[in-house]
Amino acid sequence: MASRRGNAKTREQSDKYSVLLPTYNERENLPLIVWLLVKYFGESGFNYEIIVIDDGSPDGTLQIAEQLQKIYGADKILLRPRAQKLGLGTAYIHGIKHASGNFVIIMDADLSHHPKFIPQFIEKQKEGGFDLVSGTRYRGDGGVYGWDLRRKLISRGANFISQVLLRPGASDLTGSFRLYKKEVLEKLVEQCVSKGYVFQMEMIVRARQLGYTVGEVPISFVDRVYGESKLGGNEIVSFLKGLLTLFATT
Amino acid sequence: MTKLLEWLLGCSLIGMAWGLVTFDLLDLQLPAQYRELAWPMPVYLLVAFGCYSLATVGYRVATFNDCEDAAKELQAQIKEAKAELKKKGLKM
Ligand SMILES: Nc1nc2c(ncn2[C@@H]2O[C@H](COP(=O)(O)OP(=O)(O)OP(=O)(O)O)[C@@H](O)[C@H]2O)c(=O)[nH]1
Ligand SMILES: [Mg+2]
Repeated sequence: MASRRGNAKTREQSDKYSVLLPTYNERENLPLIVWLLVKYFGESGFNYEIIVIDDGSPDGTLQIAEQLQKIYGADKILLRPRAQKLGLGTAYIHGIKHASGNFVIIMDADLSHHPKFIPQFIEKQKEGGFDLVSGTRYRGDGGVYGWDLRRKLISRGANFISQVLLRPGASDLTGSFRLYKKEVLEKLVEQCVSKGYVFQMEMIVRARQLGYTVGEVPISFVDRVYGESKLGGNEIVSFLKGLLTLFATT
Repeated sequence: MTKLLEWLLGCSLIGMAWGLVTFDLLDLQLPAQYRELAWPMPVYLLVAFGCYSLATVGYRVATFNDCEDAAKELQAQIKEAKAELKKKGLKM
């Protein structure tokens, strides 16, 4: 602890980064992701806050979050729970309302998105003044872990089709590890109508449509270790529906 | 303009150009070779695009990075995190 504080670079504290962590049954993952966030923000010295948006998880995620708040402080960990499961899209909207940073980082709480990339997102944003920086599994050193051939094929195929039809100017449409200028995110959320899975795709497509600039950082996506996937269901069908909707409306 | 309209526009332009040459709609008296070359064009284009798609997707699947190191690093960090959080009094 002492040594980590010693290593922390002091930076100009004009920028603040609000991390939105939507959780539903993530009691095992939440402490780990929070620990990692604290570690990497501590090492890089950026000013931050973590906003946990729990949707009444029956596994007691919120109780864990309360303990974490005691450990790391109420200025770093903010709890903005909702009584019931209202979906990922509205969880973001709810979280943004409570974000005090001028930048917002959106990521999954299931350890698929590693906080070690956040300093890279921030550097990238500063470097190009981007409105939005998106993590990408499909470029450079980016990649995945724990995917079989079938899943890789579906992922690459779906990505290819979306690239051809939408020409979105970003290589990872369905990834949800991104950094936004807060006002840009607010504007986008206002404009986006889709739910669930397609939401991420719509956000980046609309971003381009509105003339926002997009930077990309390659990320490694490690499949969740703990807990269950919430989206699952019929992902392919909802993806295709969403894709066609965007194709016809943007 | 939506992407759908862009595509419709693009396709109809190509279709028109194809029709002009193949059926000599404007009576330009084009040489017969042009026509012969033009009429199977849509099929060639489709086949070429199909091959390009398959090759691209195939190549990208084959070269999709497996992030073994990232997974190992994460496992190690999970251990470290659990130990430290326990010390700080977190009850799972
Ligand atoms: N607040 C809230 N969070 C949610 C809801 N649904 C999912 N989440 C969280 O959103 C993030 C992404 O959900 P996942 O279930 O991991 O979806 P996914 O990444 O497509 O699926 P996996 O393949 O299992 O990783 C996780 O942190 C979830 O806990 C919801 O209805 N409300
Ligand atoms: Mg996930």
